[in-house]
Amino acid sequence: MAHKRRDMLIDPLVDNNPITLQVLGICSALAVTSSLQVAFVMAIAVTLVTAFSSMFISMIRNQIPGSIRIIVQMVIIASLVILVDQMLKAFAFEISKTLSVFVGLIITNCIVMGRAEAFAMKNPPIDSFIDGIGNGLGYGLILMLVGVIRELFGSGSLFGITILETVNNGGWYVPNGLLLLPPSAFFIIGLIIWAFRTWKSEQVEAREYKIQSVEAH
Amino acid sequence: MAEENNTPTPPQGFIRRFLALPTDSVPKTIFVAVSVCLVASIVVSAAAVALRPMQAVNALKDKQINILQVAGIYDPSQDVVEAFGAFEAQVLELESGAFTDAFDPASFDDRAAADDPATSVALSDDPAGIGRQARFVTVYLLRDEAGAIDKVILPLHGYGLWSTLYGFIALEENGNDIFGLQFYEHAETPGLGAEVDNPRWKALWKGKKLADDSGALQISVSKTAPAAGAEYHIDALAGATLTTGGVHNLVNFWMGESGYKPFLENLKAGNL
Repeated sequence: MAHKRRDMLIDPLVDNNPITLQVLGICSALAVTSSLQVAFVMAIAVTLVTAFSSMFISMIRNQIPGSIRIIVQMVIIASLVILVDQMLKAFAFEISKTLSVFVGLIITNCIVMGRAEAFAMKNPPIDSFIDGIGNGLGYGLILMLVGVIRELFGSGSLFGITILETVNNGGWYVPNGLLLLPPSAFFIIGLIIWAFRTWKSEQVEAREYKIQSVEAH
Repeated sequence: MAEENNTPTPPQGFIRRFLALPTDSVPKTIFVAVSVCLVASIVVSAAAVALRPMQAVNALKDKQINILQVAGIYDPSQDVVEAFGAFEAQVLELESGAFTDAFDPASFDDRAAADDPATSVALSDDPAGIGRQARFVTVYLLRDEAGAIDKVILPLHGYGLWSTLYGFIALEENGNDIFGLQFYEHAETPGLGAEVDNPRWKALWKGKKLADDSGALQISVSKTAPAAGAEYHIDALAGATLTTGGVHNLVNFWMGESGYKPFLENLKAGNL
């Protein structure tokens, strides 16, 4: 059992990563990765929301009627997201201003709903909690990877601490402005998925359609 | 089916009876929906009520930081409350353009004043889209060593695309040169209208003039420079026509006759 639980934590980091394998949660990954600090807070928030929502949903999973199960899951997730938002406003006001609407959008993050529906509805609370933590960390890992690239080469700093002195501040480094714009996260996530699937070739999906050659008339 | 086998005797108590119902029956569905909503709403409202005082402190601090920033004297290493002591807060009567002692600036609430019929007027000509305008506002004065007014920081607000933008404008002692403009609260589109927070755009305001030599208001926020010249023009935000239009309207409204014009006249004449 202990071994299985460790796997549940480690599996979503690379082998079953919610972003690179399941390609979920891309929207917020584009929005919050231009600075590492924001990406870090977002990763923690999503991890906590996924873990606790999975746990609570799993606790009442035998009582949830099938016809309203998605709504019940949404109510629990939304309440937790509001809690996180209120906490941030009270204890980390600056960060809550930067994250603005994206905290609220955790509700629509497919990873949270995905784990609730796919795992928590069928498994006991503690396992669901660990699964939520694992998937949140998997999401966070990619967020941090993208964040490091975007902040380092986009603004020459990491966690707001200058690493590459930019030309604007009298240094030598000409920052790549594209990396501060959301589309760059698409390119970086694409490259990360490519790297992951080259490294672990079993992640490559089978072709759904094969282009058939037709004989010329 | 499993539930029925597990409960040979009918379960006692209101909640137990519901819990023992088959999961997909209608009463069970309603029971689960109501109880989940009830628990969730209690948790959420308890958190909102318990955390409100801390959030209010943060919002006030954020407003003070914005006033410090727009006046160009914000230093992150300094204590905000202490640095804010440099300002002299005064309640201004808009119509006469003079300070009033009727309210205590420390406790005067600008937003509440705008809603109270006793201290506000309904606007018929309302380009800024604010509905009711308070007759009194809190303004902040920054004095130099000799005690003369160096800068005035005036609050302004108006409707953009989605939201009311709340901000401050800092003017030099002549009441015509803009030192800076900054919004501290709005909900415009991130990346487009929310670029009103972009430091590079905010820097465009510095050194611009409100009115020409004849006293006519010339300031404009638009895509093309007006005939009056570049010193009255702030370039529009790309992709945010409605937010830019809102900022243009609110600056013109607040700097005009029904806004701070009487006060600025007094400031120029040295009548304060």
